[in-house]
Amino acid sequence: MAKYILKRVFYMFITLFLIATATFFLMKTLPGSPISSASKLNPTQLAAVEAKYGLDQPIPVQYGKYMANLAQGDLGNSYQFKGASVTDLILKRLGPSFLLGAQGLILGISIGILLGMIAALRQNTIWDYGSTFIAILGISIPSFVFASFLQYWIAVKWGVLPVALWNDGWKSSILPSIALAMGPLATGARFIRTEMIEVLSSDYITLAKSKGATGFEVAFKHAFRNALIPLVTVMGPLAAGLLTGSLVIEKIFAIPGIGEQFVKAIMVSDFSIIMGTTLFFSVFLVFVILLVDILYGIIDPRIRLSGGNS
Amino acid sequence: MKKSKFFWLLSLMLVLSVFLAACGEDKNGTEPATPGDTDKDEPTAGEVKDEEQVLNLIMSAEIPSMDSALATDAVGFDLLNNVNEGLYRLNQENVAVPAIAEGEPTVSEDGLVYTFKIRDAKWSNGDAVTAGDFEFAWKRAMNPDTASEYGPYMMGGVIKNATAISEGKAKYTELGVKAVDEKTLEVTLEKPVPYFLSLMSFGTYLPQNEAFVTEKGKDYATNSDNLISNGPFTLADWDGTGLKWKLVKNDQYWDAETVKLTEINYDVVKEVPTAVNLYKTGEKDRVGLSGEYAMQYANDPDLVKELETTVFYFKFNQERNGKPTPLANVNIREAISKGYNKQDLVDVVLANGSVPANYLVPAAFTFDESGADFRDVNGDMAVPNADEAKAAWEKGLKELGVKEITLEILGGDSDVAKKMDEYFKSQLETTLPGLTIELKEVPFAVRLDLDSAQDYDIQSAGWGPDFQDPYTFMNLWLTDGGNNKMSYSNPKYDELVNASVGKLAMDPEARWEAMAEAEKILLEEDYAIAPNYQRGTMQLQKPYVKGVISHPFGGDYSYKWAFIEGKDAQ
Repeated sequence: MAKYILKRVFYMFITLFLIATATFFLMKTLPGSPISSASKLNPTQLAAVEAKYGLDQPIPVQYGKYMANLAQGDLGNSYQFKGASVTDLILKRLGPSFLLGAQGLILGISIGILLGMIAALRQNTIWDYGSTFIAILGISIPSFVFASFLQYWIAVKWGVLPVALWNDGWKSSILPSIALAMGPLATGARFIRTEMIEVLSSDYITLAKSKGATGFEVAFKHAFRNALIPLVTVMGPLAAGLLTGSLVIEKIFAIPGIGEQFVKAIMVSDFSIIMGTTLFFSVFLVFVILLVDILYGIIDPRIRLSGGNS
Repeated sequence: MKKSKFFWLLSLMLVLSVFLAACGEDKNGTEPATPGDTDKDEPTAGEVKDEEQVLNLIMSAEIPSMDSALATDAVGFDLLNNVNEGLYRLNQENVAVPAIAEGEPTVSEDGLVYTFKIRDAKWSNGDAVTAGDFEFAWKRAMNPDTASEYGPYMMGGVIKNATAISEGKAKYTELGVKAVDEKTLEVTLEKPVPYFLSLMSFGTYLPQNEAFVTEKGKDYATNSDNLISNGPFTLADWDGTGLKWKLVKNDQYWDAETVKLTEINYDVVKEVPTAVNLYKTGEKDRVGLSGEYAMQYANDPDLVKELETTVFYFKFNQERNGKPTPLANVNIREAISKGYNKQDLVDVVLANGSVPANYLVPAAFTFDESGADFRDVNGDMAVPNADEAKAAWEKGLKELGVKEITLEILGGDSDVAKKMDEYFKSQLETTLPGLTIELKEVPFAVRLDLDSAQDYDIQSAGWGPDFQDPYTFMNLWLTDGGNNKMSYSNPKYDELVNASVGKLAMDPEARWEAMAEAEKILLEEDYAIAPNYQRGTMQLQKPYVKGVISHPFGGDYSYKWAFIEGKDAQ
């Protein structure tokens, strides 16, 4: 197990190196300059400012310098926020994004699993249709529509929760978390339903039933566990996406999160933030994928991590 | 089977009704209940209460920098104008008046040396504001190590040696500004600059406390603890990149008596619907409207319309890839200039308070010594006229020896920009037979690249002023102007515009006339560009917010004179 993880971590670094390299060179092909008033400066003035930021050097040289700094854990300074360190910015903005993502994920997945199970166990009844209907709503209504809907009714009309902003502590996180939960809810419900139905008709369930196991035992001890595998697979990237912030939800609820910076940095050619957020997301994603692989083994002992050579 | 079909139909109807309910509610939602508002007690008539002087505002973007040498954007300059004060400040009538300068400066006879007296004023940490603070800040903005963008941009050609410094031919310490003593600042100019005093209210020319800036080093102005101010307010609770901060009344400000607000709370909200919701629930006192929201609230009693000083126009590129374009022909340019209806453009397409522009220098922006608007002097030019457009078009086609022309309009990729482009295309193709318009809609950065490479036919672009003088618009089209990028060149135009800051610089009346004539040449003889509209903004503002002053350049708003009156009565 330890050997396997070590090997995987080594591959993770290679993956990250490749991502960093590809992002760096792609980013340099973007039109526009990180110098915000480039169009107002004459060529000599612009050259002087670019020299100060090292933008006058050939791209491979800039790349070498960036990677050297990165190796020492230095993500550099933002261009749009003059003098702000990228590490600082990510850390400050991570908290709200992470909280919303975690709450949304837990809420969505638990309700999703519940709905999926109900649907599978009561297949082709009103329960099944009802939960499928909710799942379809979750998939088909874009999150910004749902978020605006929540904001208008619950906050503006009924006035029970804050409209937006991050000023009322945990209360501020409720509506955005619910809005975020719709995605995982729908995904969870659909996967669990399909898998459970399949598992429930398999031989070993029939065996368990014939041995006299109760319906509850069959559902939770035997069927549910096996139905989890595909869900865990999609959960990995889903979790990485949610925990590192949602552009749309953060904008609608004016949350000081990191998600919005992913896009804004590209719009204003803020090279260091583009690199910082991309790398941060990648680290998170490869880590979650590793975690998922480890989870497979725990959920289903038939899956052996270290392959056949153990 | 039958049952399940019925169920799906029912589901579909449910979903639909949810959407319809939401839409219907939106239209009737102009008078929402304000559940969060607990101050419902009716005050006795005539009772004068001390009201809480707190303003709650929304910003559409974060603060990129609070270092006056590094600021380049609207948010930064807006806040700098409220937390700091330069030699001059725009007053309630938008005239630059002495602020940290004590009275008018003495000016040498050649108009090159200004000597300012510094008034008794303090920084928020108690230090005195000195002439040295100005010398330090301006030289710092020119120091190549600072990498200031607006330093060289605003000082070049104005303060002595600034251009040489940015070209590396002089040291930044040689900039023409000197503190003769603590209270006397001597500024030497490159050449007489008629609008010099209005520049003194601009953010880049603010003072900086040398001891404080040096002590903080590279941390200076990176958050509100690393910042001091000498203006009406101080900045608080700003972490450098966050979405919230506030302004608190600065008791050390020399004119603190005038300042009534004790606090201004800011939150960054980038979505207009969210901002409108915050306004409706009473959490925010002002909200900017755009797009469909502007139309929806067009008749709201809280609506405040403001005319900005940004003008949008078509640039006609006369040479593309080294070859002359059809737009090199003046008649073709005239035809396009007059070939579309600008009133419908602002009423129907934009509907945001913008007005049609038949001019380049915006209205309500610059005034002569008697207070007359530059626009009243020069009036309208190249007014849309389908018949004249058609006549010019026929003539142009004949001269070029063609029957059909295809031109590209390069524009932005926002929804509004796309709607405008469609409008231009349909109008021009209808008015001018044989014209085909192709639309190219790109992000801002791409448009700037294409502009630099002069790779377009017609470009939909705009310009906002950097100082309060028509020259900020007129110098764009000089033959070697950095923003020309369309191969326009007219020696007469160059001569008039250059004279306005050269030999006529000291003669306000003559230079005014020179610029008026130059504008006529640009728009009515050469049709070098075609102005489209002067941008307006629409906002909702609570009726109890009083005395907010909006400015035509530099910081957008001043809150020095703002106050709250009648909020408790609501």
